[in-house]
Amino acid sequence: MNATSLLVFDGLLLISIVSLAWAALASPDARRSVILFMAFGLVLAVAWGRLLAPNVALAEAAIGAGLSGALLLVAVGEQSKHTPHDGAVPVGKRNALRVRATLQWFITLLCAALAATLAWALLHALDSATNERLAQAVSENLAASGVSNPVTAILLNFRAHDTLLELAVLLTAALGILAIGTARPDYQRAGPVFDGLARWLVPVLILTAGYLLWVGAHAPGGAFQAGATLAAAAVVLRLAGKRIIGLPQAGTLRVILAAGAGMFLVVGLTLLLLGRPFLGYPPAWAGSLILLIESAAMLAIAATLVVAFLGGRSPAAASNDENNRC
Amino acid sequence: MLTTQLLYGLTSCLITALGLRTALLHPSLLHRVIGINVLGAGVFMILITIAYRGPDVPPDPVPHALVLTGIVVAVSATALALALARRLTAEQSND
Repeated sequence: MNATSLLVFDGLLLISIVSLAWAALASPDARRSVILFMAFGLVLAVAWGRLLAPNVALAEAAIGAGLSGALLLVAVGEQSKHTPHDGAVPVGKRNALRVRATLQWFITLLCAALAATLAWALLHALDSATNERLAQAVSENLAASGVSNPVTAILLNFRAHDTLLELAVLLTAALGILAIGTARPDYQRAGPVFDGLARWLVPVLILTAGYLLWVGAHAPGGAFQAGATLAAAAVVLRLAGKRIIGLPQAGTLRVILAAGAGMFLVVGLTLLLLGRPFLGYPPAWAGSLILLIESAAMLAIAATLVVAFLGGRSPAAASNDENNRC
Repeated sequence: MLTTQLLYGLTSCLITALGLRTALLHPSLLHRVIGINVLGAGVFMILITIAYRGPDVPPDPVPHALVLTGIVVAVSATALALALARRLTAEQSND
């Protein structure tokens, strides 16, 4: 493709990104907003591909567009049951969140100033070449990291501490959801067409998740994309009205939710006991250790996303816990 | 600096501001959550734009790793926000 046609492509892509974002935010109908937001996520994934970030594109398509959209759509469906008139927030709440007109203009102005400042800072950052050194350090040490996909090497080896903390964030969110919500009621059993689709789709999704996890070592993919794909399989099962959606009993579920951060800690502490730095893998073992941590992280990410989609603990599990406590 | 970087960079600043404005001003909680997500997408685009160094040069993988982490954190924050909003609605309809 020559430079001009690429420029036209960029222009069209960016115009659709901005207009989809605008339409999603400006639409008064919540359901339409969510669907436009999902379209926005998919077009963003194309943009990440265009900017040579395939790892991010995969995650955006699976998580940003897919699962965020599913979570938001379920929330809209529930709200429109509570407030049949406009599907937004209850009226008292709406007034509490309303902001005075002068203040609105002031905040809009500040947001415009933020955009200008960001643009100014970005132009300066792009002109200077100081950020080259980190990329160089990554490519120089890639051979010792145990994987050949530089993004996986950063996430699971060079900056493994960050990913450990990220999994702790996920665990916190899952615990929060379990603490404040109860599971939504099951869906009705789906008709034969969707049921047949689910029969095909779920095994393919599980296989794809396994593939993404494995291929993440040397090509775009990894635990995040794999976990999101696995969660998508559970979402499909739930939409098909299946009660068993691959989630284990409450006790085991908690272990799986903690598995991502837990496996990281076990590996890190074992290495400490062996006299190496925390999460400083020996190069010969790095590949296997990364795969071990990523497998646990995939399960934890999938379980967290499914718990979020369910909305909390299932009532049966909650009453079991009460009985145990008595 | 490349024209591509300039175009994507300016777009990212625009959608960051758009998302922030909605997150601060919109009367509906759900729109605010979407606004925060659009704000996040703008920030991700800034990082990916910085990582891009032309069609023939491999991009900087460090911002890519940051954005991947960011996407997962954003979806878990969205899930928690929606759970809080759901509980809020339930408490209010009980009153």
